[in-house]
Amino acid sequence: MFAEFLQFLFSGITVGAIYALVGLGFAIIYNASHVINFAQGEFVMLGGMNTVFFISVGMPMPVAMLLAVVVTIFIGLALEKFAIEPARDASIVTLIIITIGASIFLRGAAQVIWGRNFHSLKPISGNDPVMIGGAAVLPQSLWVLGCTIVIVIALMFFFNRTLVGKAIVASAHNPLAARLVGINPRFIMLLSFGLSAMLGGIAGILIAPISLAYPGVGIMLGLKGFCAAILGGLGNPMGAIIAGLIVGISEAVTAGYISSAYKDAVAFIIILGVLFFKPSGLFGVRGTERV
Amino acid sequence: MNFKTPRTGGMLTLAALITIMPLFLPNSFYYDIVILIGINAIVCVGLNLLIGYTGQISLGHAGFFGIGAYFSGILGIEYAWPAFAAMLAGAVFVGVISFLVARPIMKLKGHYLAMGTLGMGIIISIILTQEGDLTGGPDGMPVNPFTVFGFSVYGEKTWYWIVGAVLLITVWLSLNLVDSPVGRALRSVHGSEVAAETLGVDVPHYKVLIFVASAVIASLAGSIYAHYAGFITPEEAGFIHSIELVTMVVLGGMASTFGAVVGAAILTILPQLLTVFHDYEMLAFGAILIGTMIFMRRGLVPTLASLFQRKLS
Amino acid sequence: MSLLKVQSLNLSFGGVNAIDALSLTIEPGPIHSIIGPNGAGKTTLFNLITGVYVPSDGQILFEDKEIAGKKPWTLAAMGLARTFQNLQIFFNMTAIDNIMVGMHLNSDTRFLPSLLRLKSIIRGDNENREKSAELLKFVGLGDYIGADTDSMPYGALKRLEIARSLATQPKILLLDEPAAGLNPAETGELDGLIQKIAASGVTVVLVEHDMKLVMGVSDHIIVLESGKLLCEGSADEIRHNPDVIAAYLGESGRNL
Repeated sequence: MFAEFLQFLFSGITVGAIYALVGLGFAIIYNASHVINFAQGEFVMLGGMNTVFFISVGMPMPVAMLLAVVVTIFIGLALEKFAIEPARDASIVTLIIITIGASIFLRGAAQVIWGRNFHSLKPISGNDPVMIGGAAVLPQSLWVLGCTIVIVIALMFFFNRTLVGKAIVASAHNPLAARLVGINPRFIMLLSFGLSAMLGGIAGILIAPISLAYPGVGIMLGLKGFCAAILGGLGNPMGAIIAGLIVGISEAVTAGYISSAYKDAVAFIIILGVLFFKPSGLFGVRGTERV
Repeated sequence: MNFKTPRTGGMLTLAALITIMPLFLPNSFYYDIVILIGINAIVCVGLNLLIGYTGQISLGHAGFFGIGAYFSGILGIEYAWPAFAAMLAGAVFVGVISFLVARPIMKLKGHYLAMGTLGMGIIISIILTQEGDLTGGPDGMPVNPFTVFGFSVYGEKTWYWIVGAVLLITVWLSLNLVDSPVGRALRSVHGSEVAAETLGVDVPHYKVLIFVASAVIASLAGSIYAHYAGFITPEEAGFIHSIELVTMVVLGGMASTFGAVVGAAILTILPQLLTVFHDYEMLAFGAILIGTMIFMRRGLVPTLASLFQRKLS
Repeated sequence: MSLLKVQSLNLSFGGVNAIDALSLTIEPGPIHSIIGPNGAGKTTLFNLITGVYVPSDGQILFEDKEIAGKKPWTLAAMGLARTFQNLQIFFNMTAIDNIMVGMHLNSDTRFLPSLLRLKSIIRGDNENREKSAELLKFVGLGDYIGADTDSMPYGALKRLEIARSLATQPKILLLDEPAAGLNPAETGELDGLIQKIAASGVTVVLVEHDMKLVMGVSDHIIVLESGKLLCEGSADEIRHNPDVIAAYLGESGRNL
């Protein structure tokens, strides 16, 4: 009974950690530019697909993973440079359409290069489950969890302790003041896209052994990551992480106890429920309009 | 009558286009594309009232289109309702549902509204996919032909005139609404909510009103589509379709009724043209989308219209 | 009967009292000004009176009716109108359409007749369009009737906002820094416009930093500091009030 719950909990935390990483990517880009990047899910797809590709051409797994992340980062930078930057002062809706265009473009590119097939990626440390409290946990789940924790700590260090990280936080807080002290907003935006692409790429590599890698894998992951970002209060990175875990666990528990058919609806039911009562997310600050 | 106003001139042009179009349609394949343009345009003209004029995004309107389609499908096949009654029932149902969610959802702003409407649309499409006993599940379901007074509507040519007429009426109603006190109230919500409120505009009321109106239009168009196509799948209600609809509105030009029609036409034709690229279809589609939005931010029709005006003066 | 009465009004944002036990009265008729240093709560007070903010505590009486917490559109219908410190023009509409939104409450806003564009809608629109054109002329914008708002100069937009609020046929008009960003010549014309509005029977309440304008047009001046009432009186009384000089005008006050 409890073991069963634990089982659901572990699978929920695993997928929740991925949502958290994707949501974090949304939050970082939003903070730097007030853009919602609907191509965030495609970063996840690119991480997985590139790793599969580099392994298939004979590279050792660690090298393939590293290269995949680097390639994804470059795509993120290119996206900012060629699609977002030229339209920086466009309206919210226009920017949404541009990033949706980018996500279609990246999916299309993946289809052209790698075809429409599903690819599997070998788990990092095999498939033999580890027993924890009577629940069978895949080693890959532990990798997902471990890596997510490491990334979150590294990001906290980056944002709070390094000059560049503080610059990002500063310009999210007050863009004008940041510019006055010499922080280049273009550089910050570029950096935020690179950083989010990196997070997406890593998430993609981690989840690929569980979800498989295929051109469309990023759509739902991206949308649920968006859910996490909004649920946590847009632009609140910690909120996004917690919300990602909440969404993941709720999904797994729903699938286990209620109905696996409606698993994919859970994230959206939660978000509607929360937004209806708290229009700025769980941890969002309600702003007062200045007139 | 002043033929130079966008209203009369545009209506006449659209009517003329619809009338002479069949001369240039060699076979049913082309009819099919034009009918789909018409159906998409009907939805987009309604959605444009919400997005373009009132400034409220919806990433979930395909959900309402889907409900309309499935009402026509299910009530017709399972319960043998007459087509008109099923269509109306779908519209009423969508009216009630959209009214119920409109109050809380239209309180949201910007990206939160995008999330809320997106979530609503996805939930609808998941329900349509999962309730397989009624809806046929992910594979979809057949729909009865449209029947009025015992006559069944068959064939692309008949449907062409029906869709053309409905589109003309929708465009006419939309132009009327925009050029009325209600239309100005809607635009003022887009311009500045706080100013609109202090001038006496009950902003929540108008947001709800136009959300419901655009949803009902989507539902009616969904019913028409269902009867025309004869077969529907949950994809009609899906996220991708919602995105397509918004893209049509934005690409054609926000706050332009004819822009919505042009946007629907381009984005319905484009994938057909791009099929010559085979595997590169999606790639090209994405690139065109990004390029157009960067270089014509306000959309095709407003951008071209102001270019044209500058040439004149 | 006083036109507007504020009684022990409070509004706090996260523990900070933006408005602190404020009481004041606006009598119908003359031109009133509210002055005070930045952060004194002038705009906040306007936002409370027009229903944009809801007070934490206290009463706002308009013609002896409690209006605190009422929605802005209800208040507009009762006869309260305002302009904004930062322009809130509908930039997606022409100048005259901006004014016509101001006539919303006096328009036929039934949905079905609007959809069908019945004769009554057309007739109402034509009447309102004429009235709007007159209002534009009244504020000196006769040349801008069909103009796109995004091509109008700043000073004209300020006037457009005043004309738009007048279109609601208010009993009281709250002007939030109408002279901000205007050159001296434009401010001089504004002075005349404000007197013209007051002469037409609308009570004007002005929040303004331009002391020359305030001292010139005001019959009654209210001084706020830190959300509290510092003092009130005629221009002369305020000019010579030592509290005002100390708290607000400082060194420059001697030059007045």
